[in-house]
Formats: sequence, C-alpha cells, structure tokens
Amino acid sequence: MRNFVLIASATILCAVSVSAQQSSGTQSTGQDAAATEQRIKDLEERIITLEGQVRMLKSAQPAPPAATTPATPEMPGQAPAPPVAASQQGQGAASGVVTQTQVYGGAGGAAAKALNPDISVIGDFVGAAGNGTVPAFAQQSPFPSLQMHESEVGLQAIIDPYARGDFFISFGEEGVDLEEGYITFTALPKGFVAKVGKMRSAFGKVNTMHNHVLPWIDRPLVSTNLVGGEDGIDDAGFSIERIIPAPKGLFLDATGQVFRGDSGGGLQSVFKSWERKDVSTVAHLRGYKDITESTNLDLGLSYARGYNDVGPNFLTNLYGVDATLRWKPLRRSIYHSFVGRSELIWSQRQQLPSEQRAFGMYASADYQLGRRWFVGGRFDRSERSQLANLTDNGGSIVLTYWPSEFSQIRGQYRFTRYAENKDTNELLMQVIFSLGAHGAHPF
Amino acid sequence: MRINHKGHEVTRRNFGASCRISGLAIAFIAAALGSAIPAQAKKLTVVTATTDMAALAQVVGGEKISVEAIAKGYQDPHFVEAKPSFLLKLRQADLLITVGLQLEIGWLPPLITQSGNPRIQVGANGYLDASQFAEILEIPAGTVTRAMGDVHPLGNPHYWLDPENGRRLAKGIAGKLGELDSADAAYFQQRFQDFDKQLTTAEQKWDAEMKPYRGRKVVTYHNSLPNFVKHFGLNVIGYVEPRPGIPPTPSHTIELIGLMKRENCKIILVEPYFDLKTPNSIAAQTGGKVVQYLPSVGGEKDVTDYFKLFDYDIDLLIKAFQATQ
Repeated sequence: MRNFVLIASATILCAVSVSAQQSSGTQSTGQDAAATEQRIKDLEERIITLEGQVRMLKSAQPAPPAATTPATPEMPGQAPAPPVAASQQGQGAASGVVTQTQVYGGAGGAAAKALNPDISVIGDFVGAAGNGTVPAFAQQSPFPSLQMHESEVGLQAIIDPYARGDFFISFGEEGVDLEEGYITFTALPKGFVAKVGKMRSAFGKVNTMHNHVLPWIDRPLVSTNLVGGEDGIDDAGFSIERIIPAPKGLFLDATGQVFRGDSGGGLQSVFKSWERKDVSTVAHLRGYKDITESTNLDLGLSYARGYNDVGPNFLTNLYGVDATLRWKPLRRSIYHSFVGRSELIWSQRQQLPSEQRAFGMYASADYQLGRRWFVGGRFDRSERSQLANLTDNGGSIVLTYWPSEFSQIRGQYRFTRYAENKDTNELLMQVIFSLGAHGAHPF
Repeated sequence: MRINHKGHEVTRRNFGASCRISGLAIAFIAAALGSAIPAQAKKLTVVTATTDMAALAQVVGGEKISVEAIAKGYQDPHFVEAKPSFLLKLRQADLLITVGLQLEIGWLPPLITQSGNPRIQVGANGYLDASQFAEILEIPAGTVTRAMGDVHPLGNPHYWLDPENGRRLAKGIAGKLGELDSADAAYFQQRFQDFDKQLTTAEQKWDAEMKPYRGRKVVTYHNSLPNFVKHFGLNVIGYVEPRPGIPPTPSHTIELIGLMKRENCKIILVEPYFDLKTPNSIAAQTGGKVVQYLPSVGGEKDVTDYFKLFDYDIDLLIKAFQATQ
C-alpha cells in the first residue's frame, strides 16, 4: 500500500514539474501562473483523496486470500480458485497493479496485523495490610499481603458485518478462567441485540463490572454474601436485549438471559445446575434519563432464578434494585464528576430446614477532585444467604490517583464488623495498569 | 466446572423461560414501533459524533435531512460519556458520521454495538468515517508507544479546523447523502456547490485578515490545531501539556515559560474544556495572553455554524495579536 502511495505521489510530482517547465518555457503570464497553481491544487486534492482511500483500505481489513481459504472447505471441489480470483478483482479495482495483490496477500506486516483483534492486558495488583482474618463461615475471601490478583487479557474484534466478538480471559496467580467470551449480534432485525457465550449476567450494576472498572478494590459485602462474590453470576448462555420505546427522553431497555445455571462456588455459591433442565434465568429492566446535560439518573430492576447447591429441587430467587445518580459538568468533564450509587438485593434461598430470606445493600459515593484524583466511600450491610439471621456490616474510604488513562493507583481503608461480633480494619492498596487497546466498557 | 451439552430438550425449555420474560415486552415494543416510524416521511436521520460534522452535514443536507450531534461543542471530544440517551438517537439513525482516527475510540464503539441498528454498524452503508476525505497531518512514522502520551496512531484527528478540509468534508458528506437518498442527490450536490462558493469567499476574507500575522508564534494547550495553523501560517512552538493527554507538570511548565520568553511568544491558545490555572500562570510570567478559542461549532451559543466558528476564532486571535504587538 505504501508503494502505491509513493508511485501515485511520484507520478503527480512529475506531472507538476513538467507543467512547471512548460510554463517557464513560454512567456509566463499571470494567467499561466494561475493555471499552474490551479493544476497543483487539483493534484493536491487528488493526493489527499488517495491518502484517504488508502487509510480506509487499511482499516477496512479486506480479507486477504489466506483468510478466505479456511472458510471455504464447506464447499468441496471448488475451493481453491474462486477466492483468489475474487480478491484479485477486488484489489485490482483499487490499484490496477497485479503484483500489488501478491505483496498485499503475503506476509505483509500491516495487512496481517489489520486482521488481528484488539489485544489488551490489564494487570491488577493488590496488597493488603492490617487484621483481615475472616470468621469461619463468613463469605468474604480475604486478600493476601501481596498478590497479582488478576491479569485480564482482552481480545476484541468485529467478526463480520453482523457481529462482534469479545473475549476476556482472566489469569489468576494459579489458574486461568474465561471471565467472558461471547459473540454479540449487532445487526438483528427490530433493534434486538443478542449475545451468545459466557458472560457476566445483567443482574444489577456491580455484577456486570470487571474488577478494573470498579470504584473500589474489593466488591461490596452484598455481592460476596448474596450474588457470588468476585465472579458473580457469570455463566454460559445467551442474552437478548432491546430498547423499549418510551416517552421522549426516557431510555428503557429490557434484557432477558438464560444460563446453564452454575454461578459462584463454595460458600459463595449462588446457582448450581444438577440436571440439564436446571437453567438459570436473569431479567433486567433499565430506565435512564438525562435530568440536565450534566446530571442523569439510572434505575434498574433485576431478577434471577436458578437452582442452588443444596439439592436438585432447591431454588434460589434473587431480586435487585439499583439506582445511580451521575453528575459531570461537560465544560469541565475531565476534572470533576460525581457518582452516587446504591443497590438493594433480596435473596430467597430454599434450603433445609427452612427457606432463608436475606437482604443486603451498599451505598457509595465517588467524587472526582481534579484531573487525576478521586475520593469515595461506601457503606455495606448484608445478611448471609445461607444464614439470614447473621448480618455483616462494613464501610470503606477510597482514594484513587490516575497517572494517566492507562494506569491507576488506589488505596482503600476497609472496616468490617462480622456477625460473629468480630471487627477487622484493613488497608488495601491496588495498582491497575493497562496495555494495548482495551475497548470501552458500557456506561 | 461442568461442561454443558446442548440437548434439544434443554434448548426448548430455555426458550420457554426467556419467552415468558420478554413476551410482554416484545408485544409492547411491536405496538409502539408501528406508530412511531411512518410519521418520519423520508427525511434522512443523520447522527454525528461532533457538532462540526453536524454543521457540515446540515449545510449540504438542507431540509432533506435531520441532524443531531452527540458531543457538545464545548466538550472534550476524547472523553464523552457513552450515555444511554445517545442510543435513542443512534437507533433511529440512517447515517452516522464520525471524526475517526480513533478520536471517539473511548466512547463510540459500545454505543454502536448497543444501538441495535444494523444500518450504522462499522462497515455498513450508514457508517461514514469522515477522516477519509480530509488532509490528515502528523501521521506518526515508526512505532507509536504510550510513552509518547495519548498519541493518535492514525494521525491527528483535529483536522476540521482548516477550511480546505471543511470543503472536502462537505463534498464527501454530500456524496454519501446522495448515495443513501439517490432521489435527492442533485439537491445535495447543488447545496455543496453553494457552500463551496460561500466558503471560497469567506476563506479569502479570513486569509486576508490573518495575513499580517503569518509566522506568529503561539503555544497551544493540546495539540488540536495543526490544520488551522498550517492553513493560516502560524507557528506552534510548544504545548502546555507535556505530552498529549498528560496534564501539565511543573517542570514542563517552567521549560515552556523559558521557551516562550526566548522566542518572544505571547499567545497561549486553550480549548474551552481545559482548566485555565496553568495557562494563566504561564501568561502572568511571560506577559502573554490566554486565548480561549473554540475548537468546535457550538462552543459558544452564537457560534452556530462552520463559518461563524472561523469568524469567532480569527476575531479572537487578531485581537490577541494586536494586544500583544
């Protein structure tokens, strides 16, 4: 492609110099000069147009022959010839040079890279100090003193004109887990958006968030006690979402999801699938409204249902309400912002000897002091899903510093009063750093 | 973890469950959709990432299109929140015009994905990356790393502040509109021709006004004026940001003050969305002047179109140059 630009520019330059010589040969009148100038201008326009086309060609990721071949074996017999012919035709139209096609389709660096997905790695390092001993039956998992908590590899690309794919693979210190891996069908009729794969379910707000976008180092007590902790409701299945028409200015969006029915584990287990029929379902309704151009309100209702780890016929129902108030003045959007958020969650868990009805919530506020500094706090209160008469309470203060958009240093003081009447005071430190192109997360 | 085998029975039950959940919603949607769409006649609905693209689309689209921008003119276009209310605009759009060159990479891709609108998906006919029409400067040669700050690896995306590019963009957009609405293609072309003439006249005026100040040295906060300074022959000697996207540091500020004194540079151009504290202190120490120029249409209430944007900025600049003569 570079060669093509060079050839084009060289040709144009020659043309310019020839025309310049011609005009110098004759009597150079003002008219001639104007004509030459016009000519140079026209040629300049053509270069800019060509450059633009080249940029578009580069970013449009045209499928080189190497990529079309593996896709064709489904049609035995006629596989080899057509793809090559097609690609030559396609590129011949753009360049008109046959050798160009060969260079382009070979091991050419730019072309090969253009087909790669966006690759990113996000490192999440956590250190902890203070007394963090967790009582035997509490559902919190304690942080060790120093830990490379997670390395999240993201691979994201547009698959074809109808879908995009996103993979988030989470490397802990000991094992690898597919945090999310799904295809999103973006071109469905009637405005539907569907996802198939493994994904964080749409239950509430915190459950949908990756570690590195949380405003805290840990997750709220209500997440660990009722919604499966760090992994949350994260399962294989499919999801259908659609914006619902509503009065002007109001955004309503409904999501329905069906999963295999396995979420969380050990003390944090939420759903367990004993048989194929034990699928879990999640439904979410979101309402959003801009109050002013800088303030908005975001409300959600969530419901989840599935079988639990007690036995094949024991159900767990989860109900959630979430509310978020955001403020960000547009003229100073990179300096100041405020997010206030709360989630209330009710859990109904069938178990022996009797059903446990537990309630939990958190409320948090985060304020951006300046371009690089954020301060926040969170209040926690939650009963335990398996022993609803036990209530854990807690509170946190968080200070975050952003050296740039791509790294973040955070400190969190956390106080927890466990139901066993045990208090812990901890200081958590976190460094998050991001490599490569990580796609933006939904708002 | 257990491995799931997708039995037919399971699948059917799954669908049963999900249908119950969304059945009501779907019925509601269908009813509401039926009444909403036919009223739109056949006006093309255009959504643009920024106000500048909206202004240019409006100029060539005239009354045959309705156009709305996502980012406001006084907002940093790198950091727009991907609010769900924008989805309401995008789901109706026939055409989405983006600035491109990764300017909107932090917020537009999830909006496009979530919009549920096949017409504006990347690569679809209703997705237009306007950067393809413009002259792009500062395309990095060689390897780009983030040690350079938030450099745009495809070139500087602040390309619309050169009237020549404005003309190219309008022409490209007119072509695209004609492609989507072929019955009105001639109308769009005619409107482009009119705009072209008007722009040529305006350009002569702007060029004449700025001519005395060619070669004048300025400092800008962010590197968002390469096309503007190239067109009007100004000379940018430094930036308030040590590197693109990195907030000012004391050591860099001291260096910049030294440089401005040595070079006798008196003008600091600042976008409306940046803090004025550092620019003001630089101005105080160099005897210079902070000029809050507008990078985009709509940055001030009365700057409502592409022409007024240049009128406004050139007027500001000339006053500042005269004041610091």
